Amino acid sequence: MKVLMFGWEFPPFKSGGLGTACYDLTKGLARQGVNVTFVMPSAPEGADSDFVRIIGCNNLKDRIKIKKIHSILQPYMTSESYHRSLKNAPHFKSKGEVYGSNLYKEVYRYSESARFIAEEENFDVIHAHDWMTYQAGINAKQVSGKPLVLHMHATEFDRTGGNPNSYISHIEYTGLKSADKIIANSNYTKQNIINHYNIEPERIEIVHWGIDPDNLYLNMDYDPAIKKSRDKIVLFLGRITLQKGPDYFIEAAKKVLDFEKNVKFVVAGEGDMLDRMIDRTVELGISDKFLFTGWLKGADVYKAFKMADLYIMPSVSEPFGLVALEAIRNSTPIIISKNSGVSEVVSHALKVDFWDINQMANHIVSIIKYKELEEEMKENCYKESCRFNLDKPARECIHVYDRVVSG
Amino acid sequence: MVSTCFYFQVHQPYRLRNYTIFDIGENHDYFDHPKNKEILNKVAGKCYIPANKVMLDILNNVPEFKLSYSFSGILLDQLEEYSPDALTSFQELVDTGRVELLSETYHHSLSFLYSKEEFRDQVRMHKRKIKKLFNYSPKVFRNTELIYNNELASYVEDMGYKGIIAEGADHILGWRSPNFLYKPAASKSIKLILKNYKLSDDIAFRFSEKSWKDWPLTAPKFCQWLNAANGSGNCINLFMDYETFGEHQWEDTGIFKFLRHLPEEILKHPDNDFATPSELVKRYPVMGELDIHNPISWADVERDLSAWLGNRMQQASLRRIYDLERSIKLSQDKSLLDDWRKLQISDHFYYMCTKWFSDGDVHKYFNPYDSPYESFINFTNAINDIMIRLKDEDRRGRIINRASIIEESVS
Repeated sequence: MKVLMFGWEFPPFKSGGLGTACYDLTKGLARQGVNVTFVMPSAPEGADSDFVRIIGCNNLKDRIKIKKIHSILQPYMTSESYHRSLKNAPHFKSKGEVYGSNLYKEVYRYSESARFIAEEENFDVIHAHDWMTYQAGINAKQVSGKPLVLHMHATEFDRTGGNPNSYISHIEYTGLKSADKIIANSNYTKQNIINHYNIEPERIEIVHWGIDPDNLYLNMDYDPAIKKSRDKIVLFLGRITLQKGPDYFIEAAKKVLDFEKNVKFVVAGEGDMLDRMIDRTVELGISDKFLFTGWLKGADVYKAFKMADLYIMPSVSEPFGLVALEAIRNSTPIIISKNSGVSEVVSHALKVDFWDINQMANHIVSIIKYKELEEEMKENCYKESCRFNLDKPARECIHVYDRVVSG
Repeated sequence: MVSTCFYFQVHQPYRLRNYTIFDIGENHDYFDHPKNKEILNKVAGKCYIPANKVMLDILNNVPEFKLSYSFSGILLDQLEEYSPDALTSFQELVDTGRVELLSETYHHSLSFLYSKEEFRDQVRMHKRKIKKLFNYSPKVFRNTELIYNNELASYVEDMGYKGIIAEGADHILGWRSPNFLYKPAASKSIKLILKNYKLSDDIAFRFSEKSWKDWPLTAPKFCQWLNAANGSGNCINLFMDYETFGEHQWEDTGIFKFLRHLPEEILKHPDNDFATPSELVKRYPVMGELDIHNPISWADVERDLSAWLGNRMQQASLRRIYDLERSIKLSQDKSLLDDWRKLQISDHFYYMCTKWFSDGDVHKYFNPYDSPYESFINFTNAINDIMIRLKDEDRRGRIINRASIIEESVS
């Protein structure tokens, strides 16, 4: 089996779950003997490192081939953030290419480049990840006549809290209609696709994500003295955007502090709501209890989990929520939104409605105060995390490929 | 002669509501009244009332038929409050004179393991309740979830009981058969009656299991198995939750039809009859002594205490509730005592079980909460509120022994 995959740059170069998901899937597929030609948008600066080296396993090297299309596209971009990137990007003209003047033109330009790659490469099936690559996938299908699998990691409705950009939702709709099969990363996402795009349920397969047990950060020894403060630490880690519910986190924190003074709240991540969130902690008079760290990379992410007494994911809409799996893999108890894919597959967690800040505070205070609860959750969530790996999602994707290839 | 002995457990707990840190010290009502009422009415409608009708019909048509029940006190309280019709139908059954009632702890509690004094109080309370509602005095004891050991047998013997019921667990029986009575080690004359768990579970758990090789189970097929014990046993003890009929096994599985035909099918064999537990005790000698030191129960494959005491949350919760006994009793505050006892209901601790939680099995089916962690949080918050109430009582000078008050809140 040979796959032409339109994906996203791997961590640690880009932040967010999508790059990690692409990395894990590619690695899992290669381990199962699938050849992957991996196409990704890549800006010239800083990102030309040896991709295969990142994959880390030499024996998989032969199975993975990297194709870059020079572009400044990044997952989760909006029109505004595209403009900022464009302003900062050194215009790259050596091959006569110039970035699109806006996000949509850049997506179009990227998709057109995909045709050339599809003509050059030899493959059995096309697999594209999230809306920015959907047109590339459709174009590759036109050129090659090969079946197209579209992977939905998040719909536009998830990202915008139900106020979609009509241009983007139209691209998603067109893609979903053209796909031979759709992979949703959870039943939650599948339902969103059915509800918002009226897609036939039988065309959608669910593949829940796993985590890489070989991830070297997981197996590093962290100094237990890493936790110097006697305060309990509650961690939020993710984009600080509407979708992730940072505002509910802060309101819940205020309630927690009414009961427990010795708690620190760490917000790791960046996003368009960051300034507003900082202002809000000042308004509530709790800014001294908050630490905004910006994006954490690599080992720092795992250090943060080790330091934290609990991780909270209060997402308004979380199609999967890979970070929650990383948290439990680090034995960090989790409180997760019921509106999440990960809540379908993890039992040893506390699950809340994202708007229910009283229940969130109740759970936070309980984990902090009741040591038996913390101990049981730590032990059981770690055990549960060991059930997740990369081979299962890869096998499930291969199953989908087999079905579309055999028609 | 082989006597078939039916005993059905009838119990519903008082489930806790979502009791948060914001309620502690503010609101002393820990229970989810709407949900408890809804579930009780559902179970009464699907099981108690229709199953009692079947039982009454059988009693009227088959003169040899007999059976027995054990009601938890809190189930009877809930029937009085929410479903008097179901209570009346149970009373009608008892009035036939062929229904035996067993003794247990009023609050379906684990008190025997923690406080003999509280255990004795609850058994007495239960006895009074049974006398009041059914004008009946039990002679045979069954402990919560068939939790049993030598010590319990001799303790209830001293309380005047003639027989006691336990699980016929393989690991205590070994090569021996559950179809005989036994003498508990270290007791004088009380007799031990063991559940035949294979035949009981064929009805209670496997009846509607389509992947089971013996599905569908019919009365004639079941009686073949039962008759196989002829010549190698005195009694076949079929013990199960009464909710098996119509609630765990829904009506459309044919469970009521099975039940209706079972007694006459059993009687087709000339050597079979029916007996209640106290009749077994009178009729049959003991076959040997059973020495059971570590407690056994009828729960899960382990047949031990791990469903209630398997993890730290459960152990801590039980320790906390029984640590309060002295202060609660000294306070002489009726509502505190009542709430404290309702918090002893074994189901609260069962809901905190994490043993099989990921596998989504029977524990999940019976758990009204999303997770064992939430049940622990509700429970521990409620305990914290009880402690605040106790301190208030203490301040008013109502508790004589100040030293017994726990100063630190649970944390």
